[in-house]
Amino acid sequence: MPPALKIGNASGFWGDQPGAPARLVAEQPDLDYLTLDYLAEVSLSIMASMRAQDPAAGYARDFVDAVRSLCPFWSAGGRTKVVTNAGGLDPEACARACVAVLRAANLAHLRVAAVAGDDVLATLKSAAGGFASLDTGAPLSTVAARLVTANAYLGAGVIADALLAGADIVITGRVADPSLTVGPCAARFGWSAADHDSLAGATVAGHLVECGTQACGGYSTDWLDLADNLSIGFPVAEVSADGSCVVTKPAGSGGAVSVQTVKEQLLYEVGDPGSYLSPDATVSFLTLRAEAVGADRVRVSGATGRAPPDSYKVSATYRDGYRAHGMVTVFGHDAVRKARRAGDGVLHRLRREGCVFRETLVECLGTGASVRGIASRMSDTHLVETVLRVSVAADEREPVERFAKEIAPLVTCGPQGVTGYASGRPKVLPIFGYWPTLVPRSAVAPSFRIVNAARP
Amino acid sequence: MIPLREIAFARSGDKGSSANIAVFARTPAAYGWLRGHLTEAAVEAYFRPLGVGRVTRYDVPNLEAVNFVLTGVLAGGGSRSLRVDAQGKALGMALLELQVDYPESK
Repeated sequence: MPPALKIGNASGFWGDQPGAPARLVAEQPDLDYLTLDYLAEVSLSIMASMRAQDPAAGYARDFVDAVRSLCPFWSAGGRTKVVTNAGGLDPEACARACVAVLRAANLAHLRVAAVAGDDVLATLKSAAGGFASLDTGAPLSTVAARLVTANAYLGAGVIADALLAGADIVITGRVADPSLTVGPCAARFGWSAADHDSLAGATVAGHLVECGTQACGGYSTDWLDLADNLSIGFPVAEVSADGSCVVTKPAGSGGAVSVQTVKEQLLYEVGDPGSYLSPDATVSFLTLRAEAVGADRVRVSGATGRAPPDSYKVSATYRDGYRAHGMVTVFGHDAVRKARRAGDGVLHRLRREGCVFRETLVECLGTGASVRGIASRMSDTHLVETVLRVSVAADEREPVERFAKEIAPLVTCGPQGVTGYASGRPKVLPIFGYWPTLVPRSAVAPSFRIVNAARP
Repeated sequence: MIPLREIAFARSGDKGSSANIAVFARTPAAYGWLRGHLTEAAVEAYFRPLGVGRVTRYDVPNLEAVNFVLTGVLAGGGSRSLRVDAQGKALGMALLELQVDYPESK
C-alpha cells in the first residue's frame, strides 16, 4: 500500500490567521499538500461588490500574501503543494498575481494552475425557467434581474487533472470544500469516479480539515479545558489509499485532536448524516468509526459512498438592499432599560425624518441577545452594563447611510454612561440574498490552465 | 434537573437560513437518554422564540450523537439577518443550557 498522503489546512475561511500557512509548513515540513479555504456561502458576492470598485479585486488577495509567506520555505527546498479556492470570481487573475510573487522570489519553476468552469451566471440569466430555490421553491424569475453571482460547486476531478499535469499550486473558484482534499488523493492514488467508498473517505477527511483549527479544539464545547488553547494547531489529515485517514496536528501546537474534537467537526454544518452530498460522492457518515490511535491522533474510517447526484449544486446570490449595525456601551443603574430606550429613540428620530426601513432590531448584548427569549433566564435589571446594538435594513442605501450617522450622537443625547463609541460610524453593508439551486452536470465544463507553462 | 451540557457536548453550524445542532453524549448511558428524551418536539419548543420552523432529528448511533436540523431559525442567515448571531454560532451553547431530568443513577 502506498504511504498515506499528508494534507494540512491552514485557512478555514477568508479572514483566518494570516500567519498560519507559513507556520504549519515550518512545524510540519513533510506535508504533501496544504489546502487553504477562503469561500463561505456569500464570499463570492462580497468579491463581486469589491470588484465593482476595483476590477482586480475578484479573488482573495490574502492568498497572494500567503504565497509570499511560503516562498522562503520553497526556496529552502520545501516541496509542499498548495490547493486553494482563493480564486473566487477570477482564478486567472489570482494565478497571475501569484506567478508575479513567485518570479520575484526566483521560484518561477513552480507551476500555477487556474481552474475555470464554475461560473454559471450566464446560464442562469439566460434561462427561461427552472433554477428554483432549494430553500423556498420560489422561481428564479423573482430575483433574476438582481443576480450578482452564480457558481457551481465543482468537484475533485479537475483539481486532480491539474495536479497530474504538473501543477504545484492549484487555484480554483467555487469547488466543494472537501474537494480541495479529495483532488490530491484522487491524483496520488489513481481513484476513478466509481471508487465511491475511497472518494467518500477522502471527502470526510476534507470535511474534517476544511475549517482549520475547528478539528483541533477550536470552537469546541470544552474549549476552556484544552491544553494551550492560545495557540491551537491547524489540522493534518493523513489519508490512506482506501480513503480512511488519521487526523492529527503538529507536535508542540496547542489544542487537542481527540475523539471529541473530531466528532464535533464531523457533524459541523451537516444535515442528513446518511446522505452528505458532494460532487465527488454521496457519503454516509453512519458507518464511520472514530478512534484514538495515539496522542492527538484519531483514526476515521468506514465511510461509505454512492454515486454523486447528476447535478451540481449552485450557490447564487442577488442584490437585496443594504444594512448597518451600530453599537455603543451603556453603563450605570438600569443600563438595559436605558439602552433599549436609546435604541428605540434612534429609530424614532429617523422615521420622523422620513427614513423607511424594512426591518429594524434593537438588541442589548449581555442579556442573552444571541438567542433572545431562550437563554436569558437571568433578570435584566441587575445588569450594570450592556452593549446596545441597533440594526436596520432597507431597500435603498440612503436611509441606511442616514442611520449610520445617528449612533454617535447618543453620547450627548442619550443617558449618562454611554461610552465605547470611538470606533467610528457603522459601515453600510450590501445585503446579498442567497439562492441555492441545481444545474445539470452537462451544462458545466470544468477546465484548468497552467498559467506559467512555457508556450510552444 | 441538570443542564444538558453535563451529559453532552454539541456543535452548531449554518446552512443559509437554517442551522444544525449536533448533540453528542458524553457516556453511553447519556446517549440512551438523548435518544429517548431529546425529541424534535422538545427542541422545537425550546427554540420557538427564534421563529424556528420544522425541526428534524437524525440519529447517528456510531458517533453517539443526535443531529438536529432547525429550518429557518436564523431569520435569513449570514448574509441578511440583523441578529448578532446571524450564523447560529450560539445555538449549540444555548441548547446545552436546557434543563433536563436526567436520572442521577446513570
